[in-house]
Amino acid sequence: MRSPEDRGLRESAIFDRASIAAIQHAAKTGVYDIRGWGAKRAVPHFDDLLFLGSAISRYPMEGYRERCDTDVTMGEMNAKNPMTLDIPITIAGMSFGALSAQAKEALGRGASAMGTSTTTGDGGMTEEEREHSSKLVYQLLPSRYGMNPDHLRRADAIEVVVSQGAKPGGSGMLLGQKISSRVAEMRTLPEGIDQRSACRHPDWTGPDDLTLKIEELREITDWNVPIHVKVAASRPYYDTKLAVAAGADVVVVDGMQGGTAATQEVFIEHVGIPTLAAIGPAVKALKEMGVHRKVKLIISGGIRTGADVAKALALGADAVAIGTAALIALGDNDPRWAEEYEKIGSAAGYYDDFHEGRDPAGITTQDPKLAARLDPVEAGKRLKNYLQVLTLEAQTIARACGKSHVTHLEPEDLVALTIESAAMTGLPLAGTDWVPGRSSNGWGPSSNGL
Amino acid sequence: METLTETTVDFDLAEQTVRELNHELHAPTATHYRVLNPRGAHSVAAGINDEIDVEIDGDVGYFCAGMHKTGKVTVNGMAGPGVAENMMSGVVHVKGHASQSAAATAHGGLLVVDGNASTRCGISLKGGDIVVKGNIGAMSAFMAQAGRIVVCGDAGEALGDSIFEARLYVRGKVASLGADCIAKEMREEHREELVQLLKDAGMDQEANDDAYVDSFTRYGSARTLYHFNSGE
Repeated sequence: MRSPEDRGLRESAIFDRASIAAIQHAAKTGVYDIRGWGAKRAVPHFDDLLFLGSAISRYPMEGYRERCDTDVTMGEMNAKNPMTLDIPITIAGMSFGALSAQAKEALGRGASAMGTSTTTGDGGMTEEEREHSSKLVYQLLPSRYGMNPDHLRRADAIEVVVSQGAKPGGSGMLLGQKISSRVAEMRTLPEGIDQRSACRHPDWTGPDDLTLKIEELREITDWNVPIHVKVAASRPYYDTKLAVAAGADVVVVDGMQGGTAATQEVFIEHVGIPTLAAIGPAVKALKEMGVHRKVKLIISGGIRTGADVAKALALGADAVAIGTAALIALGDNDPRWAEEYEKIGSAAGYYDDFHEGRDPAGITTQDPKLAARLDPVEAGKRLKNYLQVLTLEAQTIARACGKSHVTHLEPEDLVALTIESAAMTGLPLAGTDWVPGRSSNGWGPSSNGL
Repeated sequence: METLTETTVDFDLAEQTVRELNHELHAPTATHYRVLNPRGAHSVAAGINDEIDVEIDGDVGYFCAGMHKTGKVTVNGMAGPGVAENMMSGVVHVKGHASQSAAATAHGGLLVVDGNASTRCGISLKGGDIVVKGNIGAMSAFMAQAGRIVVCGDAGEALGDSIFEARLYVRGKVASLGADCIAKEMREEHREELVQLLKDAGMDQEANDDAYVDSFTRYGSARTLYHFNSGE
């Protein structure tokens, strides 16, 4: 049978198949769609940038031999025990509850093998996670599920989560299917209920309060560890300034492509700004305050390759965080579970119903049988391999740009491929010196008619 | 653990810093401490993790006795926002009034406020107990998951909004109830629980007065928001 396209039928660009299915689902159920993953729509991203590499005016480093360091240290300004990551890639906060205990263990194993950190997420710290994570960031979230000062004192860093890229101003959910007895106990909730996380912190509001909250956390932990502040990318210039003013050692800016375990689809796709658009304002804020490269900037949301890592660093970030990519490395959406994805109405490569707890790969589930499918040792090795590739790729690019440390990459190493990405990043359009909104130096298309 | 000195150590915040105070309290050399001249300082006695007794003579700022565990902290004055936030165990006693978010997210222990507590008292409570001898402000017990709150006076607007399994006992008027919070039957086990909480707060006379105890109303969750499809 010929396809609709072969028969000359035209699919609407506006009412595409996903839009039609969403309308039909809403009409049938009266309930909005909840899903995991992050924004799936196309927005300007790192693919819209290119590195220039070296030629006569820039001198490269030998690709495989010359030293190109990758370490980054957090908290040197305030913490007695700053945290050094061997690579500029860390694992973003993902909760036990959203993920199986096996998945959390695997994240710890993979990250530790590469000398980097992993992060707890909503719902507290599990022993498996602490045991297998050589560097663990403990999140202080609005819900305070499982918040425990003993865990706080065992953390290598603390992250005050203000908001998340997938849902700036919103809050997380964990539906009843995933509130197992262990999750319920950790979160002090009845088993099987649909749990909503709070969207506001219960004991502070506004930047002045945040200053005092950070001070309290430092007092409780005797000023031992760095304190991060994580904000969704919505007003990154102001939020970065306020976080720094409040005393943060690290600002984490999470773009709209940042993942979630469960949020309303309308939120994921329509609130917040792209990761690419968030870096420039955050860096500008740090520079204006004189703390760029001192207060560290971690960027997250849609990091997939070493090129993405290198581009984020060149734009001014000190490190990146990965969530969705880390889950894929563990085995999420693996084609070997294709038949089972089909059975639950999805497909390998498309699966995003993390909230339902039926993940065939055993990652976003609390079902003991499904979770047992994930071997934490093997999955940890896959994550380690993936992190290694990201690092090697970023180093390769950095060397090609003549840099002996990946964080020496700079905006001058980059150009933009599209007008949108040029405007968002302040980089010139490739082959020109033209940055939208700024005057030309005289050899770009705005002046020479190219 | 080494034996602590059974004497009271004075710590004058006019002379020393909060950081020095907390450093001492986190590795205590004595069992009793008296803090002088707090003058509204923040994070006073935050993060205690030992069986020590700390008495603070004066008013404190934000997050006094934050994340408190096992010991006792007494504030002979007023307490700013977030007193005893995320308390795990032990006792915190405010002899004056407490500002907003008192005992927010407390997982255990007991907070006693002799005066009034402002808005969001017991917000997101996770198992701790609170006894307020005066009134509490609006949005108290918001999303409270577990634990008990006793209010001997009145409660402000939207009490217990989106409450889970926490139990609230209010003697006076409630300005309004929040979403999914309802008045509930006071069964014998609740009465016994209330009497014990009053005794724990040093209110033995009231606890032994049947008419006083009977004048409380219990509030809790109607449990209609526990599942998305049924509640939104």
